[in-house]
Amino acid sequence: MACHCNEYSRAHLLRSAAAEAGQGLPKIEPGMPLPAGTGLSRRSFLLRAGLGMMSVYGASRLGLRDLQSGIASAQGTQEPIIVSVFMDGGMDALSVLAPVNDPVYRNLRKEGIRLDEGDGPEFAEDDSLMWHPRATALDDLHRAGKLSVLPAIGYTDPDQSHFTSRHYWEVGELDPNERTGWLGRLIDVIGVADNPIQGLSLDGWLLPSLATASKPVAAIEGSRYDLWAPGVWGDVEPLMFEAVQAMGQAAAGSGDLGRVSAGKTADQSIELRSTLDGFGEVTVPGVYPDPDHWFCQNMSSLSAMLDNDLPIRCVSVSAPGGYDTHDNQGETFADDIGITFDTLAAFQADLETRGLADRVITLVYSEFGRRPEQYGTGTDHGAAGAAFVMGSRVQGQMVGEFPGLAQLDEDDNVLVTSDFRSLYCSILEQWFDVDATQIIPGASSFARPQIIAA
Amino acid sequence: MAIPVYGGEFSEREATRLLWRAGFGPRPGEAKKVAAKGFSKAVDSLLDPPKAKLVGPEPQDEDGNFAPYDLYGHDVMWWLDKMVRSNQPLVERMALNWHDWFATGDAGSIRLSIKQAKMFRKKAFERFDRLIEDVTTDPAMLIWLSGIYNSKWELNENYGRELMELFTLGVSDETGYPYSEDDVREQARALTGWRANYKDDVGYVKFRFDPEYHDSDPKTIFGRTGTFDWRDSCRLCLEHEAHAPFVIGRLWSYFIPVPPDASTRAQLEAMYLEKYEIKPLLEAILRHPALYEGPSMVKPPIVFIAGMLRARGKGVNTESWSWISDMAGQRPFQPPNVAGWDEERWLDTSSFRGRWIAATYITGDDEVDPEARYSDDETPDEAVKKALKFWADPPIDPSTRAGLVEFGAAVENAIVADWQEGTYRALRQNALRLMIAVSPELQTS
Repeated sequence: MACHCNEYSRAHLLRSAAAEAGQGLPKIEPGMPLPAGTGLSRRSFLLRAGLGMMSVYGASRLGLRDLQSGIASAQGTQEPIIVSVFMDGGMDALSVLAPVNDPVYRNLRKEGIRLDEGDGPEFAEDDSLMWHPRATALDDLHRAGKLSVLPAIGYTDPDQSHFTSRHYWEVGELDPNERTGWLGRLIDVIGVADNPIQGLSLDGWLLPSLATASKPVAAIEGSRYDLWAPGVWGDVEPLMFEAVQAMGQAAAGSGDLGRVSAGKTADQSIELRSTLDGFGEVTVPGVYPDPDHWFCQNMSSLSAMLDNDLPIRCVSVSAPGGYDTHDNQGETFADDIGITFDTLAAFQADLETRGLADRVITLVYSEFGRRPEQYGTGTDHGAAGAAFVMGSRVQGQMVGEFPGLAQLDEDDNVLVTSDFRSLYCSILEQWFDVDATQIIPGASSFARPQIIAA
Repeated sequence: MAIPVYGGEFSEREATRLLWRAGFGPRPGEAKKVAAKGFSKAVDSLLDPPKAKLVGPEPQDEDGNFAPYDLYGHDVMWWLDKMVRSNQPLVERMALNWHDWFATGDAGSIRLSIKQAKMFRKKAFERFDRLIEDVTTDPAMLIWLSGIYNSKWELNENYGRELMELFTLGVSDETGYPYSEDDVREQARALTGWRANYKDDVGYVKFRFDPEYHDSDPKTIFGRTGTFDWRDSCRLCLEHEAHAPFVIGRLWSYFIPVPPDASTRAQLEAMYLEKYEIKPLLEAILRHPALYEGPSMVKPPIVFIAGMLRARGKGVNTESWSWISDMAGQRPFQPPNVAGWDEERWLDTSSFRGRWIAATYITGDDEVDPEARYSDDETPDEAVKKALKFWADPPIDPSTRAGLVEFGAAVENAIVADWQEGTYRALRQNALRLMIAVSPELQTS
C-alpha cells in the first residue's frame, strides 16, 4: 500500500481501536473527532446462523438469548437493504473518471498516472470523461442503467484530514462531536430492539457509520473458521477435534488462571468450528473475479446471507486497497480499483441470479478525492471525490456534473458539485421511505437528486 | 521483612516455567540443565548471561532471502530470529517487553523501527531514568508520537500525554490525578525542540534538538514551575509519587499474572526509588515465590511461536511468520495501538486459530508420511510419548496426558481394515503433535 501519510496511519490505528469500544481509546490527536460508536458496550457471541464470531454493540440490557431469538423472529422480511462500501484513504476520482482531453489535466498529471484517450471506455453521459481501463465494470453497469454516478461529490469548506472528512461522511453531518453514524440513526428509526444484524459490519469491528444511539448492531469476522491439520484426515480428524475440545474442557475446570483461559478458548474454538462446519466452506460463485480474495468472499457470503433471509438492513464494508496514494500511485491504484469494481459488479450479478437485486443498493464512496496536480509519483489529499450507487432500481444517471479543471477551489482542488448529505437524504427518502429530517441535520436545506428510479 | 524468595523444589517443571516467563522457553534438554544448576544460579545466569551469541540456523525465507529492511515481513523474521537463537533469553524478553511498554507502530521506516528494537535490547536492564531519555529521543518514537511536530509555534501534545499516561504514570482520573490537561499542555511545551529533516526516498533523517524550536519560557508541571526542557519533562514524571507504583505494577505483570502482595509491592517500590534500577527488580521478581507457586500465565503469541521453534531446534525459515504472528495476535513492530498489546486478552477464538496455524507450520515441516511404513503396532501410550518427545518433553498435566492417550485408543478403535493399521497410526502421530502444541499446558507457563 502506497501510504506514507503519517496522519493517516495514526488515524487508522485509532480507528481500529474503535473496535474495542468501551476499552478507552488512546487519545492521539487532540481536536480530532472520536469515531462514532466509541464507547458503545460490546459483547461477543456466536450466532448459530452461519455468521461466525459476532460482536454485538449497544445492546447491554438484552441477553444473548433475546438477541438470538430476535434475529430468528425478524427473519423473512422483504425490506430494502443498503450496502455501504468505503474506499479507504481518499480515492483519486480523476483517475476513475478522467478528463483525458482537458489541457489542465494533461498538464498537471504526468506519466505513470495520467490516462490517455482510448485507454478506457468513454463515460456515456459526458464524453469529456473516460473510465479508467480497470473500471470497465462500472461502465457496463452505468450503460445498463444500474449505476448512478456522482463525479464530484463532497461538501463546502472541505477538510483535508482523512480522519475528519471520513468522520463527516460517517456521521452524515459536519459535526466533529457527533457520535452516531447516519446509518446508525436510520436503524434507530427503522430497526428493532433485539436484532443486532439489522446493522452489520463485515470488517470484524464496528464501522462508525453504523453506530446507533439505542438499537443493537453487530460486526462479524467472516464466516470461515477452519482448523486445518497437516497429515491428519479420515476418521482421525473428527476424533482429534473431539479430544482437543475435551482436554480444553478439563483445563477450563482446573481452577488455574492460565489453563482455565487456554482451556475455555480451545473449547470455544472447536465449538465454533463445528458450528460453522458446512457454512464454513465459502463457495464463491464463478461470477466473482477471484474466489480466494477476501473481498469476493465477503461480498459473496453477504449475498448468501441475504438469500438465507437473514434480517439485515444496513451493511458496512471496506473495499480492498489503500487509496492514500501519496507515492507510487501508478503501481497500486489500477489493481485496487480493478478488484473492487469487478467484485461489486459480480455482487450485483450474484444478487440478480438470486432474485434479490430489487431489494439491495450499494453505495461506494471515499472520504475525498485527490488534488489534480501530481506530486512526485503520487497525489495529495483533495476535495471533491467520486461516489457511486449501484442497484437494479437506481436511476442510473449522473448526479452533479463534472466541473472541469479550468476553475479549482482555493486549495487547487476539484470543485464540489454535489453534497454527500443530499445523497443521503435522497437514499433515505427514495429507498427507505423515511423522512430524512429525522436523520440528517439540516435535511430541508439539501436538494434531493433522483438516486432511485421513481 | 525482606521480599520473599522462593525456597521450594526447583525441578525441571519450575525451571521450565522460569525459562518461559523470563525468555522464550527451553531448548531440548535445557530445562534439565537449568534445574541442575539450582534455583539461585539459574536466576543469576539469566540476569548475567554469557556473551551474546546466536545459536542455530540463520534466518531465510522460502527463496533463501533475508532482507529485514527491504522485504515485506522480514522485519518480523529479524526479531523472531533473535528470540529463537538468543543465548540471552531475559535480555531478549525484556526488549520485547519494552516494545510493548513503549509501543511504537509504523513510523514510516523499518530501519528506524529496527534501530529502536536494537536499542531496547541494548538497554534491556537499563536504569529507567536513562531508558526514558533514550525512548523520548528515539527517532522512531519522535515520529510515531509526533515529537518532531511539536514546536514552540505549534504544540503537539501527543508525546507529552503518552509519556505520562502510558510510559510513567498511568491513566489520569476525572479529578486530574496524577496529571491534568494543563499538565499535558505544559509537558508538551517542555518537550518542544526536536526536529528532523525529511529526505525524499529516505524519510526522516538528522534527528536533533534545536533550541530555536524549543519553548524556553517558564512552564508549570505538577505544580512546579521552571524553564523546563525535555530532560526535566522526563525527570518530573519519575519524581511523581504515582510513578513507582506504576512501574512496579507494570514490570511485575510481564512475569506474574496476579499482582504482588502489599508488602512486596512496597518494598519493590522503595528499592526502585533508590536509583531507578530495573535489574534488582527483575532479580526480586524472578526469585519471588509467586512466580513458582502462583497460577500459570498465558504465553504471549510471539513467545509461544519462538518457543516452538526453540524446542524443535529450528530456525526462522519462512516469511509466513509475519502474518501468522498477526493472526495469533502479536506481530512485532505492529502493536494494536499506542498502548501496546492487551496481555489480559491474548486468547480468543480468532487468536487461537492463529496459534493453531503456527503449530501446523512446525508440525507440517516434519510430518509423518501416512503413505510410508510407520508402525503397525505402536500403542496409544507409546504414541503419546513419541509426540511429547517431538516437543522436547514439555511437562503436561495428567488430565491432558489422559486425554491424549484416550484419543490414541479411539483412533485404534476406528481401525477396521488392514491398511489402516499403519496409516492411521501415522495420522495419529501427526494429530498428537499438533494437539500437544495447542494444549492448555503449552499455551501457558
